[in-house]
Amino acid sequence: MLFEVKDLRGPNVPPVSFALAAGEVLPVRGESGVGKSQMLRALADLSPHEGEISLGGVEQQSMQATDWRRQVALVPAESGWWADTVAEHFPARPSEAWWERLRLRAALWESPVERLSSGERQRLAVLRALALEPRVLLLDEPTANLDRDNAEAMAGLLLDYLRDQGAAAVWISHDPREIDAHGDRWLEMTSEGGVLHGSV
Amino acid sequence: MDLYSLTPVDLIVAASLVLALGMVQILLGLGLFRTLALNSVRMVLQLLLVGVILKAVFDAATLPWIVLIALVMMGLAGYEVVARQKRAIRGWHGYGIGLASMSVTALIVTVLALTLMIETDPWYEPQYAIPLLGMILGNTMTGIGLALNNLTQTAWQTRVEIEARLVLGHSVRDATAELRSDSMRAGLIPTLNMLAAAGVISLPGMMTGQILAGSAPIEAVKYQILIMFLITAATGFGSLVAVQLGARRLFDARDRLRLDRLRSGR
Repeated sequence: MLFEVKDLRGPNVPPVSFALAAGEVLPVRGESGVGKSQMLRALADLSPHEGEISLGGVEQQSMQATDWRRQVALVPAESGWWADTVAEHFPARPSEAWWERLRLRAALWESPVERLSSGERQRLAVLRALALEPRVLLLDEPTANLDRDNAEAMAGLLLDYLRDQGAAAVWISHDPREIDAHGDRWLEMTSEGGVLHGSV
Repeated sequence: MDLYSLTPVDLIVAASLVLALGMVQILLGLGLFRTLALNSVRMVLQLLLVGVILKAVFDAATLPWIVLIALVMMGLAGYEVVARQKRAIRGWHGYGIGLASMSVTALIVTVLALTLMIETDPWYEPQYAIPLLGMILGNTMTGIGLALNNLTQTAWQTRVEIEARLVLGHSVRDATAELRSDSMRAGLIPTLNMLAAAGVISLPGMMTGQILAGSAPIEAVKYQILIMFLITAATGFGSLVAVQLGARRLFDARDRLRLDRLRSGR
C-alpha cells in the first residue's frame, strides 16, 4: 500500500483508519465541523495527533517534516499567499498544459495576489501543490469556489495527475458526482470515527 | 555648584498637573483616570522605595547586595515584558524567553562597560553599576517587549500564510524569515528614534541629570554617548535572541505552527 493510516486520532480528529493504493482516490464526506479538515491537517503532520501514518512503508515521524509535507501535500480550503505576486509562490513555472487546462490567463503569472478572484486562488493553490510532484494529495474541497466548467476541469486535471504519477488522494467533497466515477469506496466521517463504505 | 534640593511641596505642585489632566479626562469621559492615577501612585512608591534601598546599598557596597538588587530588577523586567503582550507565549517559556534574552544581554553589556570602559574600582561600585544596569535594562525591556509582541501577534494574524508555506515543504526558517526580521525591527524602532533624536529633539535624561548636578556638559555628553551605544547594543542583541527563541517556541519538533502555545488575546 502506498499510504497507510492506522488509528489516527487527535484533539479534533475522530479515530480513523484506511489504506490507499497508488492511483486510488478516497472521497471523504461528513457533516461540517466533524473533523474532516482537521484529519487532513494531521495527515500532513500540521497538527499534533496519535496513530501511525506511513508513506510507502516509511513512518511519518521517522521522516523530516519538510520531506513528508512535500510528498504528502495538503491543499487547504483557504489558501495562503505570503508574497506580492503569483510567481513568487512557485518554485518554477508550472507546465503550460496544466495552466491551460485550468483555464487560467497567462497574465496571471505576473499579477499581484490581491487582484486574484477566489476561484483563481483556488486553482493556483492546487497547481502550486502539484508542482511538488507529491505522492499523496490531501484535497480540502478543491472545487468549492469554482463554477461547473472550472470544477470539471480541475477534477479532470487532478485525476489525470493521480493516474499518470501513480499518486493517491484523500479528497473532501460535497459534490458526489465529482469523484463517484472512480470506484464506490468512500470514507464517512462521523463524530465517533471514520467509517469506510464500499468494497475494501 | 550645589543641587537645588526639592521640597515635598515642589513635588505636590508637579503632581497637581497630572491631577488636572485626570480631571479633564473625567470631564471628557475618556476613562483613563484610574490607570493614570494608579500608575502615578505606583511610580512614586517605587521610586521612594528605590531611593531608600539605593542609599542602603551605596552605604554597604558589597557584591552580594548588588547581585540581589540586579536579580530583582531583572525578574521584574521579565514580568513586565510578558504583561505588556497581547498574546504572550504561555507559561514559563514566555517568561523565560523574555527574561533570558534581556538579562544575558543587559548583564554582559553592563559588566563590559564597568570593567573595560568606565573602569570603576571595585568594578561593581554600586553608584555606577545599578543606575547603568537600570538604564540598559529599561530600554532592553521595552525593545524585547515590542519585538515579542510583534512576533506573537503577527504569527497569529498570518497563520494561514505561514502554514501555506509549511504545507509546501518550506522550513520553519524560511517560513518565518520575514516575521523574524519584522519583529527585530519593531524591537529596535524606539532605539533608532532615540539615536536620531538625541541632543537635537530631546536632551537625554541621564545627561540632563548630570548637568543639573553640576557636571561639565562635555563630560555629561561623553557619558551619554557611552550609554547610547550600550543601550543600542543591548536592545539589538536582546531583541535578536528573544525573536529567535520566541520563533522557535512557536513551532514544535515536527515543525508545526503551535498557536495553542500563545495566550488567548485580550
